[in-house]
Amino acid sequence: MTATSIAAKKVKNRRPANSTISALPWIGPSLLLILLVVVWPAIELIRISLTKITSAGVLEGFFGLGNYRLLFENPDLKTIAVRTLIWVFAVVSITVALSLPLAQLINQNFPGRKFVRWAMIVPWAASVVMTSIIWKWILELTSGELNLTLQQLGLQDGQPVDWLRDPRYSFFVLVWVAVFVSIPFTTFVILAGLQSIPNDIIEAAQVDGAGPWQVYRSIKFPLLRNALLIATIINLINVFNSFPIIWALTRGGPGYDTDTMITFAYKMAFVEYNMGPSTALGVINFAFIMLIVLIYLRVTKATRDQA
Amino acid sequence: MTTDTKTTDIKTMDKKVKKDKVKFIWTPKKAATAFSAYMIGLFFIYPYINMLLTSLKPNEELYAFPMKRLPQSWQFDNYLEVWSVAPIGNFLRASVIVSICATLLVLIVSVPAAYYVARNRFRGRSAFLLLVLATQMFSPTALIIGIFREVKFFGLLDTWAALIIVNAGFNLAFAVWLLSGFFASVPVEIEEAAMVDGCTRFASLRRVVLPVTLPGLVTAVIFTFVSTWNEFTVALTVISSPTRQPISTGITTFIGQYDVAWEYLFTTTAIAIIPVVILFISIEKYLVGGLTAGSVK
Repeated sequence: MTATSIAAKKVKNRRPANSTISALPWIGPSLLLILLVVVWPAIELIRISLTKITSAGVLEGFFGLGNYRLLFENPDLKTIAVRTLIWVFAVVSITVALSLPLAQLINQNFPGRKFVRWAMIVPWAASVVMTSIIWKWILELTSGELNLTLQQLGLQDGQPVDWLRDPRYSFFVLVWVAVFVSIPFTTFVILAGLQSIPNDIIEAAQVDGAGPWQVYRSIKFPLLRNALLIATIINLINVFNSFPIIWALTRGGPGYDTDTMITFAYKMAFVEYNMGPSTALGVINFAFIMLIVLIYLRVTKATRDQA
Repeated sequence: MTTDTKTTDIKTMDKKVKKDKVKFIWTPKKAATAFSAYMIGLFFIYPYINMLLTSLKPNEELYAFPMKRLPQSWQFDNYLEVWSVAPIGNFLRASVIVSICATLLVLIVSVPAAYYVARNRFRGRSAFLLLVLATQMFSPTALIIGIFREVKFFGLLDTWAALIIVNAGFNLAFAVWLLSGFFASVPVEIEEAAMVDGCTRFASLRRVVLPVTLPGLVTAVIFTFVSTWNEFTVALTVISSPTRQPISTGITTFIGQYDVAWEYLFTTTAIAIIPVVILFISIEKYLVGGLTAGSVK
């Protein structure tokens, strides 16, 4: 947002505003693609949610809020909604809390820093489904490395833990994998923020007698605010939308025990062919993301006005 | 005219880093920093090391007790056998074609838009940017039912064309957003000089602006390619024939109802992950710069 708003300021007063028509050859193709791939499915989703639809996908006329009524009659919905909020809050807060010190660590100067940064890029570049499947192997009941290591260290006596199926653990395992794949991106955004802090400001403060903690608290942290905010909001949306981790590890099961609103909507639509309520939940999910996007736009506007 | 400010910046930064390296002196505190950083680096690649080691084990060693971390007999043949165990040649071909086409589509569509937005004021400019920003925040997952119905409406179920268009659509915003930041950072004067010299608008974009903003283009290309390569939900929903699966959904072939062929599964994921990781790492320098220019100032 900031980059383009600066661009907007630069452009202002230079040339008179062009008409929308003259912009169309340049932005038209983008517009068309966005309309086709993002706007059309959104409108279609809302339309279907107000229509009676059979499990085969045949439309049977206007249904009002019938699909929403069916959705809210579902006894599992409330638990799943609460779990979704816990999921998003837990993954995002743990991710950001761990990424902040990690970014500072890999911003230090030490031999081999390049390789450590490369290693941290790997989970970001690798497919999330594949990473989740690797974790599934590590967490396997009888042959997984985690249980076998715990046994070797004598930390686990008797029954090995069934990390993915035991309801006491499975949700935490999902949170763990989600944090693991979210940290690299978050760390690199914060690292970029750290690198954009001019060295002379820090040196000036040090000349004035500021200690390392003071430099951090009064200079670095406030200047990182924007990076942290952007990292947090993008994570909020990514984590809410997170589908492959849950699908690959537990399919939301056993039953609906590890479903979020996203996997639940998918499961209803494409596994149970319960199309009606699924589209209603899809619209609610869509609205939730819209809400975060609006918060994002507002928050960044406030930062812009301060600057 | 030929002043390439971005490259010189990067070069001087490199020099600084090198100078620091020469001056590096080990102290206990620095050793502790370095050690913890190495441990963290190891931690983040640990699952992938596990994947590589497992992919090199013969099947009976997977369930051996007590567990051995290293393969007792290194089964490099797994990497040859896997091609006949499952049609992974098909999966990889699908992924390569879909990812390259989606990336090309994103470039063709995003470069003119990003350039025009960075350089011009026009009615609807902020509305367009808001739309782009909003789509950047969306992923196909939440809209998957709508996407499925639209793809069906156009008769594109089970085709690569559907994957290409949907992936391009969702990665477009990132490219437009990133590139318009890059284009805006190129001084208008450079371009005006080129136009005085007789360049058209388009020629000045191609000859002056694009070379200077190459890091941005590379970042956009790699981002789109990798995210299309890794995309899972749309491929899972839209592609039904086993022969048209990309690698991200094709790997589930190895997961049976009661049994998983882990060694072949991990042979395949290694083949799918390693090139993409190298691509990503090859632009690490630009990746961080790209992120800074794109969203974090």
